[in-house]
Amino acid sequence: MTLSAPARWALRATMALGLVFIYVPLLLVLVNSFNGDRTFAWPPHDWTTQWWAAAWANEGARQALLTSVEAGLGATAIALVLGTMVAFAVQRFRFFGRDTVSLLVILPIALPGIVTGIALDSAWRSVMGDLGIGKGLFSVVVGHATFCVVTVYNNVLARLRRTGTNLEEASADLGAGPWQTFRYVTFPMIRSALLAGGLLAFALSFDEIIVTTFTAGPGITTLPIWIFNNLFRPNQAPIVNVVAAVLIVLSVLPVWLAQRIAGPEAGASRT
Amino acid sequence: MSTVVTGPGRKAGSFLHRHPGLRLAGFLSAPLLWLVVAYLGALAVLLISAFWTVDGFTGETVRAFSLTNFQTLFSEEVYRNVTLRSLGVATAVTVICMLIAVPMAFFMAKVASPRSRHWLVIAILTPLWASYLVKAYAWRILLANGGPVDSLLGGPGNGPGYGLVATVIVLSYLWLPYMILPIYAGLERLPDSLLEASADLGARAGRTFRSVVLPTLIPSVFAGSIFTFSLSLGDYITVQIVGGKSQLIGNLVYANIGAANNLPFAAAIATVPVLIMVIYLLAVRRSGALEEL
Amino acid sequence: MRSGMSLIAALAAGVLTLAGCGGDGGTTGGGSGPGGLTVPKIDELAALGAGEGEVNVVSWAGYVEDGSTDKAVDWVTGFEKETGCQVNNKIAGTSDEMVSLMKTGEYDVVSASGDASLRLIYGGDVAPVNTDLIANYKDVFDGLKNKQWNSVDGAAYGVPHGRGANLLMYRTDTVTPAPTSWSVVFDPASPYKGKITAYDSPIYIADAALYLMKTKPDLKITNPYALDDTQFQAAVDLLKQQNELIGEYWSDYTKEVQAFKAGNSVLGTTWQVIQNLTEADGAPVESILPSEGATGWSDTWMVAAKAKHPNCSYLWMNHIISPQANAGVAEWFGEAPSNKLSCALTADKSHCATFHAEDEDYFEQVWYWTTPLAQCVDGRTDVTCKDYAAWTQAWTTIKG
Repeated sequence: MTLSAPARWALRATMALGLVFIYVPLLLVLVNSFNGDRTFAWPPHDWTTQWWAAAWANEGARQALLTSVEAGLGATAIALVLGTMVAFAVQRFRFFGRDTVSLLVILPIALPGIVTGIALDSAWRSVMGDLGIGKGLFSVVVGHATFCVVTVYNNVLARLRRTGTNLEEASADLGAGPWQTFRYVTFPMIRSALLAGGLLAFALSFDEIIVTTFTAGPGITTLPIWIFNNLFRPNQAPIVNVVAAVLIVLSVLPVWLAQRIAGPEAGASRT
Repeated sequence: MSTVVTGPGRKAGSFLHRHPGLRLAGFLSAPLLWLVVAYLGALAVLLISAFWTVDGFTGETVRAFSLTNFQTLFSEEVYRNVTLRSLGVATAVTVICMLIAVPMAFFMAKVASPRSRHWLVIAILTPLWASYLVKAYAWRILLANGGPVDSLLGGPGNGPGYGLVATVIVLSYLWLPYMILPIYAGLERLPDSLLEASADLGARAGRTFRSVVLPTLIPSVFAGSIFTFSLSLGDYITVQIVGGKSQLIGNLVYANIGAANNLPFAAAIATVPVLIMVIYLLAVRRSGALEEL
Repeated sequence: MRSGMSLIAALAAGVLTLAGCGGDGGTTGGGSGPGGLTVPKIDELAALGAGEGEVNVVSWAGYVEDGSTDKAVDWVTGFEKETGCQVNNKIAGTSDEMVSLMKTGEYDVVSASGDASLRLIYGGDVAPVNTDLIANYKDVFDGLKNKQWNSVDGAAYGVPHGRGANLLMYRTDTVTPAPTSWSVVFDPASPYKGKITAYDSPIYIADAALYLMKTKPDLKITNPYALDDTQFQAAVDLLKQQNELIGEYWSDYTKEVQAFKAGNSVLGTTWQVIQNLTEADGAPVESILPSEGATGWSDTWMVAAKAKHPNCSYLWMNHIISPQANAGVAEWFGEAPSNKLSCALTADKSHCATFHAEDEDYFEQVWYWTTPLAQCVDGRTDVTCKDYAAWTQAWTTIKG
C-alpha cells in the first residue's frame, strides 16, 4: 500500500508515542530501584544502591525465581505436547465437533483467571485431596498448562494451515515411516511455531499470579507470589523493584533468541 | 538416521495411515481428557456449587440445591452496579487498546523495515516479562498526588488520581501487548503484493485499507479483544492498587471466596463473567477471531 | 506419560463422582444455629512426642522469617536445626484467606487474628491447645490469655503472638486542629473529603459500631462485634455515608504509607508500624488512640484439628512465643510482643514503649477483633446478631 508521506509520519509518531507509553513505567521501575525512599517518593530525594545489594543477598527471591522457572518449564512442556496434538487433529482431520474443540482450547484463557483459579482449586481439593495428593508445585503446573495450551495450539495451527501436507505425503511416498516423516519433515516445519508458542506459554506462566494464588500448595512461592508478598511491605518493596528491573533486562535475551531463530523463516514465508 | 524402520513400527504406521479415525483419536484423547475432564469438570463442579449454601456458623458447605445465592445476586442493587461497572471498564480498556494497537501494529508490519521490525517485536514482547504487579505499582507512583503525571499536567491534583479512570488506564497499559501481537501477526501474513496489486488497480490508500486490510484486521482485533476483555473482566488486583475505593466483579468473587469462606456465593458471582465471556466468544467466533489468537 | 494419563483418569473419575452424587458432605461438626452453638469436640494433644520432620504454616507476612528476606532476620533456621522440623510457610493476605487455607486441611498451624479465630474454632478446624506442653506460655502477658477470641469456656485454643491497636493517623500539615475523636472520619461535611482512608475489610464495620457505641447510647451497643439488626443497620448506614468521604480503602501497608506520603490520604485508620514507617520516610504524620478507644488485633497461633504434624506444631508454637523469637517477630513486623521477657531482648530498647506492650491501661481501651457470630458475643440471648457472612455482604454494599 502506498501511503502518503504525512500518513507514514503519523504512523511513525504513533509508534513512537506507543513505545513511550509502554516504556515510561518500566523506566520508573528502574529509577525507583535506586530510590533511597522505601515507598518510592517522587521525585526521589536521595539515591542508593543498597536495594541492589539487598536483592542480591535475598535468597527468597532466587528461590522463587527458580520455582517460577520450574513451573514455567513444566507447564510449557505439557502445553507443547497437548497444543500440538490438538492443532494436528483440528487441521488435518474433519470431524464432528471440530469447532467446539477450538473453542474449548481457548476457554481457559478467555475466562477470567479467578474463575479458572477457584474452579481448579476446589476440584483439586475434593478430588486429588481424597487421593492424598495435596497441592504443590504440580498443581501449579497443571493450572498453568491448562491456559497455556492455547498459545501453542494457535501458533502450530497457523503454521500447519500455511504449509499443507504435500511434503509429508511425498515423504511417505518415498518410503519414510510416520516417525521418520515427523522427525525430518513435519517437525522442522513447525519448529519455529513451537518456539513462538512455547515462549508465549512460558511468559504467560511466568507472570501468572491469580491462578497461582489458588493452586499453589504450602511452601510453593513463585516469583509473582513472592513479589505479591513483598511489595506490600515497605522494607521489602524496593527490592521488588530491583528484581523487576533485572527481569526486564534478562527477558530481552529469550525474546531476542527466539526472534533470531524464528526470524528468517518468518521472513521467507511472506510470499 | 539412516536405519530403515523395522517391521512392526512400519506396520503400525501403515495401519494408522489406513485408519484415520484411530490417528485422530490418538491426537485428541490426551488433550481432550485434560481439557474436558480436568478443566470443564472443575468448572462444572464450581457452577454446581453456586446452588449450594454455606452454614453461617461452621463454614461447612451445605450441599443441597438452593437458589438463595442467585436471589441475592439479582435482588441486591450493588451486584448489578458492579457488573455494569466491570463491563464498562472491560469495554473501555478494549477500545483504548484497539485504538493504540492498530496503528502500532500496522506500522510494525507494513511500514517498518524488516530489520527494525524484529526489534519492534522484541520491544513489544519485553514488558510481558516485567511483573504485572510491579507495573501496576509503578502506575500507582506515576498517578500519585503530585507524582509525575500530576506534574506533567501542571500540579498536584490535576491528574486523574486513583479511581476508575486510573484503573482503565493501567489495565489498558497492562494488556496492550496482547492486542498488538495478534494484529501484527494478522497484518504480517497479509502479502505486500496484495496491497501493491490494489494500488496498481487504482485504489487509493483509503480504499485499499477498507477492501484489503480491514478484512484481515477485524478477526485479529477480535482475537486481541478476547484477551483485553477477559483479562480486564477478571482483574481484582489492579483495581485494589490504583482503583481508589472502586470494586469490580473480580473483587466480589475474591472477597466472597475468602470472606466467610463462601465458595458457593463466590461461584454464583463468577457465573456472571463466565456467561459474559461465553456469549462474547460465540459472538466473535463467526468473524474467525478464534483462529487469530 | 503413562502415570500422567492414569492420574487424569483418576481425576476424571473423581470429578464425575462428585458431580454425580454431590458427595457426602464430610463431617457435620457440632451444633449450628443460635442457641445451639456448641464447639465441635476435639481432643487436645495429651503428650508431646517426637517431631514429624516438618510443619506446614499459614502466617501473616513477616511472622515466619528464615533469613531468605534478610540474612539478619531469622528465627526459623535455628528452630529447624534444633527440632528437625522443616517449616513450610504460606503467607496469607487476609484473615479470610487464612480461614480458607486452614479449611483445606493441608496446614498444621496458623497465626490467626481474632476475626478468624472463632470461625476456626466453631468450624472445627482447630483443636484446643494443651498449654502445659508449651513451656513459654507462662510468660505471656495475662491481658492476652483466655480471651473471647482465643478460648472457649476457659479452654485455650492457641497461644497469643502479639497485639496492636487500629489507630487514627493524620498529616499534621493538613489536618488542623489535631483530631481527638473518630468523629473526624465520619463527619459528612469534612474538609478532607476524598482524602480519608479506612481499612478494607468487613471487620471495619466494628470501627463504626464502636463510634456509635460512644456517641449514640440509644442504640445500646455494648460490644462492637455483637450487633443486632438495628445496631448493624446503623453502623452500615454510617459507613455508607462515610464512603462519600473515602479516597481509597487500604489493606496493605506499602499502599497506605505511600498514600500518606504523597498526600492522597491525610486522615484515617492505621497501625503503629505504618505510622512509624511513614514518619521515618519523612512525612509529617501523627497517630492517636482516639477518645472513644479503638479496635485492635491480637494474633493467636492455633493448631489444626487434623494436623498431620502435631508434635512439630507444638514445638513451633512454643518456639514462636519464646522470648527471643517473639522479640524478633515483634520488631520485624512492628507490634507489641506477647511474651513479657521479650521486651528486654529487642534490638531497639524503646520498642515495647513505642508499641505500648506493657501498658495494660492502653490496651484496656482496645476492642480486639472478634468474629461476629449469630449468637451474640456480648452474651445477649434474646436477639440474633449479624454473623460474619452478613458483615461481608454488607461490606460489599457499603463499597457500592
